[in-house]
Amino acid sequence: MKAKIIVMPKKTVLDPQGKTVKHALESIHFKGIKDVRIGKFMEIELEGGDKTALQKKMDEACHKLLSNPVIEDYTFEIQ
Amino acid sequence: MKFAIIQFPGSNCDQDCYHALANVFGQPTRYVWHKETSLGDVDCVVVPGGFSYGDYLRTGAIARFSPAMKAVADHAKAGGLVIGICNGFQILCEAHLLPGALIRNRSLKFICEHVELRVETTDSPFTNACKKGRVLRIPIAHGEGCYFAEPAVIKQLQQEDRVLVRYVNNPNGSVDNIAGICNEGRNVFGLMPHPERASEKILGSEDGRFIFKSILRSAVAA
Repeated sequence: MKAKIIVMPKKTVLDPQGKTVKHALESIHFKGIKDVRIGKFMEIELEGGDKTALQKKMDEACHKLLSNPVIEDYTFEIQ
Repeated sequence: MKFAIIQFPGSNCDQDCYHALANVFGQPTRYVWHKETSLGDVDCVVVPGGFSYGDYLRTGAIARFSPAMKAVADHAKAGGLVIGICNGFQILCEAHLLPGALIRNRSLKFICEHVELRVETTDSPFTNACKKGRVLRIPIAHGEGCYFAEPAVIKQLQQEDRVLVRYVNNPNGSVDNIAGICNEGRNVFGLMPHPERASEKILGSEDGRFIFKSILRSAVAA
């Protein structure tokens, strides 16, 4: 199975990358861009088929290492 | 006073710290490889600057799980002194030995220059040889030095007098101009500027000596 993980900077955290990309989009005439936030996407190949157990494992991995809860939020799905 | 400097793959200020402590201050100093599980007989641990593990994932995120960091956490818990400089500060935050996190500079630029720091309190083993309000000229060299913590944490740091140094002119967007903080026990200190790069006249500033002098003075007091 595969875990697809998205880690995003928290809303309260400054995201200068997102801001710079927003300005870049506007400078090449993309209109109506309200906000840009930039995060990370990770794919993890997993052994085993028990989805509930894998979900628990991935949640712990996200919390402990893959994201920093002080500055980031995460979501993931297992397929 | 006995010093240990932790070396991770990608540390690059370890030898500067060694030079400052062993040669400039004449203190017994040794390196501890990140895979070592014990620090040995040591009074103060230095977590030096650099790009541990290539800064992969997040700065300090991988280094914090090194065996040596477990020993550093134990040392801190027992009241031993720990100073984390630059990447060392980032590692101490990731290891939850200090609150908050260091994120990308607001300008997105890597900044390498001398900055002015104001000593906000002398009530710490790392600033007790300074005068409150004294401005130190010490270099920074980082791309991710913007200190961030939730407002409640910032308030707590202020109330408990745990912001030891602030930038006079905030170079990186740090909340509350924070350049360095200590833990609740006041024995763990993290700062983005590099005092070891400002410990000799030939380097353009000797103000970093105040930090090391404070550490040595606290040993005498203890």
